[in-house]
Amino acid sequence: MPLLRMERITKTFPGVVANDRVDFAVDRGEIHALLGENGSGKTTLMNALYGLHRPDSGRMLLDGEEVGFTSPIDAIAAGIGMVHQHFMLVPPLTVVENIVLGLKTANARGSPLLDLRTAAARIRELAAAHGLDIDTDAQVWQLPVGAQQRVEILKALYRDADLLILDEPTAVLAPSEVEHLIGVLRSLAASGKAIIFISHKLNEVMEVADRISVLRGGRLAGTVAAAETDPSELARLMVGRDIVPPRRRSSRPGAPVLWIEDLSVRDDRGLRAVDGVGFSLFEGEILGIAGVDGNGQKELTEAIAGVRAVEDGRLDLPGLAPSRGARFRDIGHVTEDRHQTGLLMSFRLWENLALKSSGRPPFGSPFWLRVGAMRDATVRAIETFSIKAPGPDIPASVLSGGNQQKLVLARELGLGPKLLLAAQPTRGLDVGATEYVHRRLLAARDDGMAILLVSTELDEILALSDRILVMYEGRAMGQVNADEVTRETIGLMMSGIASREAATGSAS
Amino acid sequence: MSEAAAARIPEVLRATSISLAAIALALAASAVLILLAGADPLVAYWALLQGAVGDGFALGNTLARTTPLIFTGLAVAFAFRCNLLNIGAEGQLYAGALASVVIGIYLTGLPAVLHIALAIAGGFMAGAAWGGVAGYLRSARGINEIISTIMLNFVAIFFVSYLVHGPLAEPPGFFHQTAMVAESARLPVLYAKSDLSIAIFIAVGFALVTAYVLWRTPFGLKLRAVGESTGTARFAGVPVNRYVFGAMSVSGGLAGLAGTTEMIGGQYRLLDFFSPGYGFDGIAVAFLGRSDPIGVVFAAFLFAALRVGANQMQRTTGLPTSLILVIQGMVILFILGVAVLEWHRRRRRG
Ligand SMILES: Nc1ncnc2c1ncn2[C@@H]1O[C@H](COP(=O)(O)OP(=O)(O)O)[C@@H](O)[C@H]1O
Ligand SMILES: [Mg+2]
Repeated sequence: MPLLRMERITKTFPGVVANDRVDFAVDRGEIHALLGENGSGKTTLMNALYGLHRPDSGRMLLDGEEVGFTSPIDAIAAGIGMVHQHFMLVPPLTVVENIVLGLKTANARGSPLLDLRTAAARIRELAAAHGLDIDTDAQVWQLPVGAQQRVEILKALYRDADLLILDEPTAVLAPSEVEHLIGVLRSLAASGKAIIFISHKLNEVMEVADRISVLRGGRLAGTVAAAETDPSELARLMVGRDIVPPRRRSSRPGAPVLWIEDLSVRDDRGLRAVDGVGFSLFEGEILGIAGVDGNGQKELTEAIAGVRAVEDGRLDLPGLAPSRGARFRDIGHVTEDRHQTGLLMSFRLWENLALKSSGRPPFGSPFWLRVGAMRDATVRAIETFSIKAPGPDIPASVLSGGNQQKLVLARELGLGPKLLLAAQPTRGLDVGATEYVHRRLLAARDDGMAILLVSTELDEILALSDRILVMYEGRAMGQVNADEVTRETIGLMMSGIASREAATGSAS
Repeated sequence: MSEAAAARIPEVLRATSISLAAIALALAASAVLILLAGADPLVAYWALLQGAVGDGFALGNTLARTTPLIFTGLAVAFAFRCNLLNIGAEGQLYAGALASVVIGIYLTGLPAVLHIALAIAGGFMAGAAWGGVAGYLRSARGINEIISTIMLNFVAIFFVSYLVHGPLAEPPGFFHQTAMVAESARLPVLYAKSDLSIAIFIAVGFALVTAYVLWRTPFGLKLRAVGESTGTARFAGVPVNRYVFGAMSVSGGLAGLAGTTEMIGGQYRLLDFFSPGYGFDGIAVAFLGRSDPIGVVFAAFLFAALRVGANQMQRTTGLPTSLILVIQGMVILFILGVAVLEWHRRRRRG
């Protein structure tokens, strides 16, 4: 008998069927991956189990007994632990304090006093058993994200969870931390716990899971054993069609759009983040900026976009409008952080879409907005960019991450910019949405747009760029032609140990 | 009605029902206090209602008091849409009153329409200048507008006090007040017994214009964008500092008009400390009106009615008029309570 069985779970939100008659079961000692694109209903399904939502219909059996939790407290008492996408920790408290927080008896003898020493000992025991190394006395805000995640897992284990749910646990982790987490999960499964691992990354679930259930548009597209499937089958289940990587035609560069020489830019702390960088960008080509996060890419794009001061050097945008206001419409900017710099989360979709072009035709004049035209344009964008949204009047915060990104893309491409700055355009997106964004970028390039693509994903850089510039510690390590370079060469340049000449020299 | 407007209906209904529920809860909770004070809540509330809207005179008084509250409520709401907390409506009100009175007294021989228009424009600009000082300090110097507007209140209020004690005192200077504004600067009176002039229509008109500006102009959209996320606004090319300055200036101008309409709509002369705290009540009005200009109109009416009805309640039941402050406070607390509940629900969903 499986530990958990969910039968025909249906959950609707106004305008969306988030879960549509989903069947799902997990055994003890099993790692069961829940795979699906953003918005496919993974989190909703688990929230229904965890007592955060009440499903409209369907039943849930835990150990053969029908359950229906009305709050996480009941779910925890029944042995279910959930590590949410956003951690639920109290930053100024220590690890032990966070873990015992909310428990009625914080110690074994049932006294009302806190006994943190005993608690810490037990936590260390649990941690040691599963390779979850942690400093129990550290305050949570001091810990890196990976360690905070371990605290969340320990919190669940401390409450004797038999079933552990992890919602997109790898989204916040570096590759090496992912490896570590997978080891931890294996150890937990070996000790008899059931684990539900939510993800939208194919390779990851192939590596970690015993079985994989795929959700598509709120429905169960299938449950397969990891040993009997392959990434392309999973992709098909997930997206509903075959995924073909976009093919890049050779570029036909036109007139220069961006001309940079010896550019230096400071970051928010006043340190020099871009240090004497020079390059040019032409119509109809994609220049990829490769590099590990935090090597000046952000400051470089912000300087080009006109939202960060240039300290020194030359930054010319020939052919672009000279006035500041017009320049913002000539340059499309898909920013790195949709929440802080991309969208107005509580504003309607049409307000977001028209933000940069309000006050000019066809969206009105300086004295009035043509709301009808703005809504119509948004309805069209929802269609062309296949944004999953019930209409133009909902707030942007309701959209899933991938659909928010599409909305940003729709706005920035919709202006018909001459130059597009695309910073991490597919960060946090699933396969289908990533493929879609890539296609749009290539199509825009073929139409003559100049695109500066900043990405830390080497695959993305190689798939889209005509030329590649590698940045390391604010400097350009060199520029290479995408067709003539190997991953290894770029990898070396990204780690700063080789300039272009040395790298190509050692590679050849 | 357009589809976009129709889409707003559920939201407006929700906001309205929350405000109404908060009012009902506040009245219910205050009923307990009234009982404890040994009076009958029903009798007390009936007297309150009679005193506020029971006859023409009462209604006139309430409407006359509604006018300045609409303006100060609009002022606070407008700034708040740009994520600015304008605590300085009181000071801006005095600035507006001063400018309008000076124009009303010393510019003579003008046709009434022009004279009134000038007094209104002057009041708006003086308030805007006073609000703009805080806006400048915030946008160019990074000085928190809450602090600066509180400080600027004192400056404005005591500067006016100084003026009516000396330079602007009506000859021969026995009383600490200015002369009366010229007949041509006075707003047409609707109901003389309760000092009700057409100022109430001007206030409602400004509320409609403010709503239009906020929701239907690029300026309003960008201003609200700055209020929602400075990062997103900046990256979309909105000159954030200019909008912060602009929002504080317009906010100050609206508050200034509260002073203007008091001067040319019924009082006709400037006394020191003439405002019973309209600027501060404006904060509560904006809050109850959920920073929506139309909501502000209704909230202003409610607060005015409570204040005006309080006297009748005191005469009938002996309850102190300060009970009204308790009710007002509780309305705000209950709305805050709902806001906290909403916040929790959203966190749970997220
Ligand atoms: N609280 C909510 N209110 C309205 N719609 C929601 C809510 N939570 C999720 N949704 C919608 O339900 C669908 C499934 O979302 P979710 O379960 O978060 O997907 P996933 O976790 O697979 O990315 C999406 O279309 C999302 O917009
Ligand atoms: Mg999710």
